[in-house]
Amino acid sequence: MTVQELINKGKFKPINIGSNLDQQIAEPFCCDLLSIAMGKAPSGSAWVTVMGNINTLAVAALTDVACIILAEGVMFDDATLEKAKSQDITVFGTDEHIFDAALAIHNFLHE
Amino acid sequence: MLNDELHLSYQILGDDFTRAGEASSDVKHKLKMMGISPETVRRVAIAMYEGEINMVIHADGGTIDVIISPSEVKLILKDKGPGIADIELAMQEGYSTAPDNIRSLGFGAGMGLSNMKKYTDEMDIETELGVGTTVTMTIKI
Ligand SMILES: Nc1ncnc2c1ncn2[C@@H]1O[C@H](COP(=O)(O)OP(=O)(O)OP(=O)(O)O)[C@@H](O)[C@H]1O
Ligand SMILES: [Mg+2]
Repeated sequence: MTVQELINKGKFKPINIGSNLDQQIAEPFCCDLLSIAMGKAPSGSAWVTVMGNINTLAVAALTDVACIILAEGVMFDDATLEKAKSQDITVFGTDEHIFDAALAIHNFLHE
Repeated sequence: MLNDELHLSYQILGDDFTRAGEASSDVKHKLKMMGISPETVRRVAIAMYEGEINMVIHADGGTIDVIISPSEVKLILKDKGPGIADIELAMQEGYSTAPDNIRSLGFGAGMGLSNMKKYTDEMDIETELGVGTTVTMTIKI
């Protein structure tokens, strides 16, 4: 499943769409502690987190995750949203719990 | 491929989270452009970011020098922060002195130094209380 295909599913609300629409999503990854995510996030993963601040973007950019999915209705503030745009990082939002959001990604990848 | 050494230098500001990670991003992009393997680029990016963010959080900023040669990337992170009292303790996974306001940003797992050690081929910490800390890391290409 590519990032574009995930957008097409309509399951998650696009918050910022980067230019990596053709990138394959490898697997879901769940973590809210940044240095654990930094050490463990697989490149190409869909990173599901409730940690929605500017440092989340830095970790996402450096680990090459395919996209961030902000769960539990978490939203970026305006400055962070601007940074997501300028750093070209794909971000989605959902009101679902982390587990349910990650499970949805898992199911999409295995259907 | 590059034949000569390339030196890069960055000034890191203390407590500035809006710009934290930009130096590491910049190095990552430059290494990518040089055609260095994605796995090596990722290791450098992770190690440098953890060092960079430690200087932002724990040491009121500092400088990072990056020396790229055909065989390795060397990262030298220098700060004039408080120093580290017990390096062995600081290196332990889970040890952190990060205060609550920093933890609420997602830091403080106490994994930064372990990540740096794990993703580099060599790592050396020189520190003196009240004087500062210099972390030198080498990643073979
Ligand atoms: N440059 C530095 N100057 C002074 N103290 C430092 C420095 N780098 C690390 N430390 C000390 O070592 C501890 C462990 O660092 P480490 O990076 O492993 O964890 P952390 O920064 O607390 O949390 P995180 O998991 O978010 O990185 C810090 O809490 C701090 O006390
Ligand atoms: Mg740290």
